[in-house]
Amino acid sequence: MPGITDSTTRDDLSPAGIARENLTTHESGAPDERPVDEGADGGAGTVRLLDPDGVRHPSPEHDRWLADVDGDDRALLQLLEDMVVVRRIDTEATALQRQGELALWPPVLGQEAAQVGSAHALRRDDFVFGSYREHGVAYVRGVAPVDLLREWRGLVTAGWDPYAVNMATPQVIVGGHALHGVGYAMGVLADAERDAVAGRDATPGRDATAGRDDGTAAVVSYFGDGAMSQGAVNEAFVFAGTWSAPVVFFCQNNQWAISEPVALQSPVPLVARAAGFGLTGVQVDGNDVLGVLAVTRAALHRARTGGGPTLIEAVTYRRGPHTTADDPTRYREAAEVEAWVRRDPIDRFTAYLRDRGVLTDAADADVRDVADRVAAALRTDLAASPTPPPLSVFEHVYAEPNPVLEAERDAYAQYLAGFADDAAGGAR
Amino acid sequence: MTALTLAKALNLGLRRSLADDPSVVLLGEDIGRLGGVFRVTDGLQAEFGPRRVMDTPLAEAGILGTAVGLAFRGYRPVVEIQFDGFVYVAFDQIVSQVARMLARTAGAVRLPITIRIPVGGGTGAAEHHSESPEAYFVHTAGLRVVEVASPQDAYTVIQQAIACDDPVIFFEPKRRYYTKGEVDTEAALADAPPMGAARVVVPGSDVTLVTYGGLVATAVDAATAAADDGVSVEVIDLRSLSPADNDTVAASVRRTGRLVVAHEGPHEAGVGAEIAATATERCFEYLEAAPVRVTGHDIPYPPAKLEMHHVPDLDRILDGVDRVLGRVPSTGAVVA
Repeated sequence: MPGITDSTTRDDLSPAGIARENLTTHESGAPDERPVDEGADGGAGTVRLLDPDGVRHPSPEHDRWLADVDGDDRALLQLLEDMVVVRRIDTEATALQRQGELALWPPVLGQEAAQVGSAHALRRDDFVFGSYREHGVAYVRGVAPVDLLREWRGLVTAGWDPYAVNMATPQVIVGGHALHGVGYAMGVLADAERDAVAGRDATPGRDATAGRDDGTAAVVSYFGDGAMSQGAVNEAFVFAGTWSAPVVFFCQNNQWAISEPVALQSPVPLVARAAGFGLTGVQVDGNDVLGVLAVTRAALHRARTGGGPTLIEAVTYRRGPHTTADDPTRYREAAEVEAWVRRDPIDRFTAYLRDRGVLTDAADADVRDVADRVAAALRTDLAASPTPPPLSVFEHVYAEPNPVLEAERDAYAQYLAGFADDAAGGAR
Repeated sequence: MTALTLAKALNLGLRRSLADDPSVVLLGEDIGRLGGVFRVTDGLQAEFGPRRVMDTPLAEAGILGTAVGLAFRGYRPVVEIQFDGFVYVAFDQIVSQVARMLARTAGAVRLPITIRIPVGGGTGAAEHHSESPEAYFVHTAGLRVVEVASPQDAYTVIQQAIACDDPVIFFEPKRRYYTKGEVDTEAALADAPPMGAARVVVPGSDVTLVTYGGLVATAVDAATAAADDGVSVEVIDLRSLSPADNDTVAASVRRTGRLVVAHEGPHEAGVGAEIAATATERCFEYLEAAPVRVTGHDIPYPPAKLEMHHVPDLDRILDGVDRVLGRVPSTGAVVA
């Protein structure tokens, strides 16, 4: 696919990468029959396995989804490393924007646990539809860090082949993709019908997708608290509910939709919406990577086994601006941000791993080293990313020939060629 | 050859696509047990099952958005929008998602989605049931836009649209749904004219009359009437609005030197403006008169008892022919 680079991916960089296979294939256990959770962050209904001080609180209901991780130091370190690297990518990208190397960047600072934890619950053959801030999810899915940035440099419409990592490219229309996830999940259900009619690879597009599954693939649609007000998201809930589609809606409630607080989107906790649509609702501390991993695994298992869709509300906080073009000091107090700094997802997990003796000084140095190498590769790869040729704007508008557009392209090519003549022959 | 209504021809075309390609699925409101409010999908759910012919919730954005996801998964969704006026709630999904996913993904994700929309007036319907929204979609890069005028085209073009790897807006003129015509259901699809090709329905030498969809039959009647008056009108059924077959139009205009474009949709920035402008650019030195547009007015679709004052009819098309011939003064405005 044109425009996709051979840039360094997470798998190339991470010495702990082997642990990811363990993390992403854990599928045992019974469906989670947890009822709809209600209440605000920290309330009785919010799943929290790791408190802000890094203290692990046992929960038989959720710990069973973490049996493999709890016993695997490398898996735990992988979660930490991924969060640290994602934060480093975010820091670098923000700096690159300030240096004029990117046109725009939507920072993910503060949401690392919500994204890394949930992404680790996914299988390779699951499919992800995300918004424009899902850098952490994309990184865990295997998107090269530079491919996260090329779109924001203005080089490409999107940075990667969705089928290479089973994740759609970023969606800028708020909530527009939630329906796509439901449709994909409806397709998983429809596969059984189709396979009864013809062979599994009988149809166009089928062989184009990577890693065909055994019919138990599930979908995660990521969006934020602002998207909860969008018609497309609410219609997605309707379709998912009535189809009992294998989809998980992962809402990162980061408290702010640019300048609008979540209270403007909903007078009730976002997760409370689930019941009316027939979705299972789960609210989790989005800064607790273990809690997020556990509830997402449970939700995916439910989806795969006919238990229907789930709405997860991961309560977190966008500590940076909406994008680098935003100035959050105009609409929120520094004290509020400070309060969330004290609930930092990486700090609490670091404290936990230190306390458990998993994170030694040597392991910590390894994590820092990976982040350093990612940052260096990111800058090198970005500088090496070419600007596509002018006529490439006419590519991929249509899959099949279009004589009207081809004539337009040819006319523009002729126009451009006139400048080449100038360059060759001097002034007119 | 058998005589079929346009609705039945569509039904058979859909049935053939469903039978030939297991990746084809149908989505829409009331398309299952009811067979659609126009019965275009009659019997298809019973034959192919509820996973392939899906009744959906009453949410057009939801229908289009889930069709996108199904296409991601390798399906060829055929979406029914129940009435033209209901497509606007799905507009964002069509314009921001369906039309540009191929470009957004640098060619990796094709969305072979066919969006069927009953279109146009002349049926005495309620508000929002007689719209002609085609120009919005013609204006959107990444979409193909077609409108069928005959049962034969209904049968073949629906199959071509479904087989096309691009998203296709497929307009069905609802006042022609129950008009019969001869359809050859045995002919191979490969032998049919391409989806993007215009068709000369009536050959003529004095005036080129370009139209599409529900007005093609009216234009043919107008050509017959004009012939009685000694004027030879060539009627072109555009068939594909985007891309338009400008070559066929230009070839005709170079012979006749006069162009009339007729459509139901509003005048301003309508398809007629594009056809007339392109023909003027390409055939300026051949033109004997400025092109004339005969269109709906720039008004919200009027109440049913007044719609005959909005939708061009035989007389208004003949008036357009007279104007392009200089027989009546041409003001450049639409004749009311």
